[in-house]
Amino acid sequence: MIWTGAALGFWALAWWVNSRIANGPYAATRAARWAVPVIFGLTIFVVWEGLVRGLDVPGVILPPPSSIAARFATALPVLWADFRQTFVKGALSGYAIGVTAACVTAIAVDRYDFLRRGLLPVGSFIAALPVIGIAPILVMWFGFDWQSKAAVVVVMVFFPVLVNLVQGLASADRIHRDLMITYAASYWQTLWKLRLPAAAPFLFNGLKIATTLALIGAIVAEFFGSPIVGMGFRISTSVGQLALDMVWAEIVVAALAGSAFYGVVALAERAVTFWHPSQRRQR
Amino acid sequence: MIRSILPVLTVVAAIMVLWYGAAVWMNSAWTVQQAARAGQTVTSMDILRDTLAQDRPKLPAPHQVAAEFWDTTVAKKITSKRSLVYHGWITLSATLLGFAMGATLGVLLAVGIVHNKAMDMSVMPWAIASQTIPILAIAPMIIVVLNSVGISGLLPKALISTYLSFFPVVVGMVKGLRSPEAIQLDLMRTYNASGSQTLWKLRWPAAAPYLFTSMKVAVATALVGAIVGELPTGAVAGLGARLLTGSYYGQTIQIWSALFMAAALAAVLVMLVGVGERLVMSRMGERP
Repeated sequence: MIWTGAALGFWALAWWVNSRIANGPYAATRAARWAVPVIFGLTIFVVWEGLVRGLDVPGVILPPPSSIAARFATALPVLWADFRQTFVKGALSGYAIGVTAACVTAIAVDRYDFLRRGLLPVGSFIAALPVIGIAPILVMWFGFDWQSKAAVVVVMVFFPVLVNLVQGLASADRIHRDLMITYAASYWQTLWKLRLPAAAPFLFNGLKIATTLALIGAIVAEFFGSPIVGMGFRISTSVGQLALDMVWAEIVVAALAGSAFYGVVALAERAVTFWHPSQRRQR
Repeated sequence: MIRSILPVLTVVAAIMVLWYGAAVWMNSAWTVQQAARAGQTVTSMDILRDTLAQDRPKLPAPHQVAAEFWDTTVAKKITSKRSLVYHGWITLSATLLGFAMGATLGVLLAVGIVHNKAMDMSVMPWAIASQTIPILAIAPMIIVVLNSVGISGLLPKALISTYLSFFPVVVGMVKGLRSPEAIQLDLMRTYNASGSQTLWKLRWPAAAPYLFTSMKVAVATALVGAIVGELPTGAVAGLGARLLTGSYYGQTIQIWSALFMAAALAAVLVMLVGVGERLVMSRMGERP
């Protein structure tokens, strides 16, 4: 009862603080833009903890954040091994292969108009399909270890990156291309100096979409068979044992890895496309 | 449109040729092994014939998949447990229920975000950050937890679809509801329009294109969510269950036909949203 009351009280207080900050004179400052979402996130955790304790929700339905954190701390070696298996071996290597293949294909597609008109509709069609369904087939072909997970990731990231990069390569302005022609620039010079830089914002859009897909692909592919290590394996077996705190700890790892991966790509984007209007510092 | 038919057909034909080639190549090991065990010698003609007609090939040939697909969709009764239409419908109903709930909740939250500054500042960063998180990983847990509370069947899968289709709609709709320009909002103010009048007469129509774009993304992810939701509990029905049992028993032809069913469903769903978009936009006076 006390826990429930405290949780609801904290919620009301946080709501009041947030609306004061958001409607107050400092709403536009950097500190306020950070503080409000942080308070909101904190509130969710406090309310979660309080309600789970106050209402006596059993741990097999929803463990409180504190026990998830405790499990996270004690199971660190296991989580690290799973992370390496799924993220470093499966997702990252698949991501690298898939993105490289997509870039090479995109340049070929851009070079030959016939390929563009043929491959692009097929590519954008496949990009909208539930590609994840191919996981059981690839697990059958490449075995249970990380190779099959990397293969799933390759297939998943290939088409979004391809479609975005082809669109980007077509985005250089006519007038800029004419300028390159007046310079007597060769095809490769034009590609390298004008069209690839112009395509970079589009490419990074595809790369950012692909980060999430890579992690999803690597995790879900493990539901179809894996060695006894890996995030997807741990999630499905811990669910079977009703060890939900372990599942949540694994989800925390997935969330951290996903946002870190996305963040690294976003930082690279800022470094590469610093000239683009969307990257200029907002005033 | 006409100009691209020939290239598309060429690419599809090339995929078919590659597929047949790969089928022969990948299945030949098994054929050769069987023949060696039986003490026979095989000619390359035999290999070709056998690799395209195995029961459990590593890679089934396109015509095998097509035959199985035809057999399980048209030739079987819809109520049969082996009918793909039956399994497809189970997945589709979860997808549609989840998508409807997710889109509705997403639109409501977006309206709240646009009208309440505190909500905007608190929720929006989390909604955007959540897109970078592999949400699908929690699907097994949702299914099992809801099962232990006593909720099973359609709803847990639909909830996963809801969750997945929710965020694209929120992000797209917030962008859409904010898309009217300052000058248009100022005009509404000179009319002394109330908040809800501005919403219905200006913001909502302006957001329509954004809504449809994000709904296309959302319906595709909702289908993925429903399929993945069928994996963990050893569900007996649905496209995900077909994939899983197929992978347990090495029934590759079954996996491939389930995969094609899922692809067809996704294509139809996205197309339906596209048709809805065209109807609504032309009613709103858009000229192509």
